[in-house]
Amino acid sequence: MGIIEAKKLIFEYIRRDEEGNVEGITRAVDEVDLDVKQGDFVAVLGHNGSGKSTLAKHLNAILYPTEGTVWVDGKDTAEEKYLWEIRQTAGMVFQNPDNQIIGQVVEEDVGFGPENMGVPTKEIWERVEESLKAVGMYQYRKHSPNKLSGGQKQRVSIAGVIAMHPKCIILDEPTAMLDPNGRKEVIRAVRALNQAEEITVILITHYMEEIIHADKAIVMDKGHIAMQGSPREIFSQVERLKELRLDVPQVTLLAYELKKSGIALPDGILTYEELVEALPFRQKTDRILNG
Amino acid sequence: MLRDITLGQYYQTDSVIHRLDPRVKLVATIIFIISLFMVDNVIGYLIAAAFLACMVKISHVPFRFMVKGMKSIVFLLLIAVIFNLFLTPGEPLVTFWKLTVTKEGIRLAAMMAVRLVFLIIGSSLMTLTTTPNNLTDGMEKLMAPLKRLHVPVHEVAMMMSIALRFIPILLEETDKIMKAQIARGADFESGNLIKKVKSLVPLLVPLFISAFRRANDLAMAMEARCYRGGEHRTKMKPLVYHKRDRTAYAVLLAYSMICIYFGRFFKI
Repeated sequence: MGIIEAKKLIFEYIRRDEEGNVEGITRAVDEVDLDVKQGDFVAVLGHNGSGKSTLAKHLNAILYPTEGTVWVDGKDTAEEKYLWEIRQTAGMVFQNPDNQIIGQVVEEDVGFGPENMGVPTKEIWERVEESLKAVGMYQYRKHSPNKLSGGQKQRVSIAGVIAMHPKCIILDEPTAMLDPNGRKEVIRAVRALNQAEEITVILITHYMEEIIHADKAIVMDKGHIAMQGSPREIFSQVERLKELRLDVPQVTLLAYELKKSGIALPDGILTYEELVEALPFRQKTDRILNG
Repeated sequence: MLRDITLGQYYQTDSVIHRLDPRVKLVATIIFIISLFMVDNVIGYLIAAAFLACMVKISHVPFRFMVKGMKSIVFLLLIAVIFNLFLTPGEPLVTFWKLTVTKEGIRLAAMMAVRLVFLIIGSSLMTLTTTPNNLTDGMEKLMAPLKRLHVPVHEVAMMMSIALRFIPILLEETDKIMKAQIARGADFESGNLIKKVKSLVPLLVPLFISAFRRANDLAMAMEARCYRGGEHRTKMKPLVYHKRDRTAYAVLLAYSMICIYFGRFFKI
């Protein structure tokens, strides 16, 4: 069994009118099966309203399934006695950095999680130091979070979660409110954690560029899992992605269009380097240049 | 920039007073205020003045910062003085029209003025030397016995520190909404008072909505980080009394004894 597993997960929002009568039921997540192995980097994609954030909130026991089950590290999230263990095992980073930083000083915010868990004071300081170093924010430990950039704030939020020593981090669109530089900063920090610390990462996003490093990508649409596989497999189905209203990275799109107009290229090209390598005339010119 | 505003009025410098435990400073301020109201002769006030002057001196905070705090109470001070001056019955000295100034009136007015001025200087000395964060921590710890009476001490302290953290964020947001509304033709400047208050509605409604949304997000983020109230919680920066704090308590005890002895029972 993986670190996170979901079986036939269904979640329904009940819409009510002003008097509180039930107006209708919306299925935000519909029969989703999920199996994430320890150490994996899983990206969950989908346009707005596809149910990806709702799914994420189930993995941290913020929402409970209407039907079906979610296990985090073998523990059923619906059982109340596991609540705090689950929240500690699966840490969560949210979209808006301003709304999740509690401390008035960076280090105090990072210490908030361990404080809640009842970690002894000395160990809190060790954890704060190590997690701030892991995201490269150690030199800002005495700063006020209000004076940091968006990317830095989000890295502080990530440090705040790592300080709780989770096995898994769920990031719910952590880059949606950041500029391109901040996005890169955050994704770099997340990848480093995944590779160096072997923390399982579940990244919810709608930026396609962010998933190319993932081990596995899941595309959601209307609460269902519409596609899943390696990023390369996903990106080779450009038409299908367009149907799901998702933007393909420019390189992939270019490669796809080139291929369609008759140039021999492999499917699912993800980076500029790959495209340059794969282009046939590049091979030809190389051959000419090298004699 | 709105981001740079300092809350409370903390004055950043290094001094013994700054390093003292916030609990000591809170207790000291309370004792000092009580001593001001216990004392009723000149010697008592001289002792209080000397004590206050010493504290100001070793706090390394420029005196003008304390005077700043006084500006806001000038009005209150005037009212207190005038009422005491004219409305105290006793031996009449001067009479204007229907108002009589009495000897007791002058005495009481002067005492009231001195008390209020000392009170403001004393309490601003505390806020100038303690960060708001430290202050809430100190209050939480001091009030801890009230938990037995089911007073939610930890929760109140947490609310205060969250409020402090969000004030700059909400100020910035107000600024943003204001600019957005001005860009669409809203007018916050002209008109009489009623019109001005009315013009604030398009500012306050979005501000409140956003504040509620933030509160909701924050609550979720806190829960996700295992926050479950004050029980079982450890502190990253626990308040511990040092030697200097014990010395400060001793000084405080000596001060209050001297001040009350001379200020209340010593007759000239």
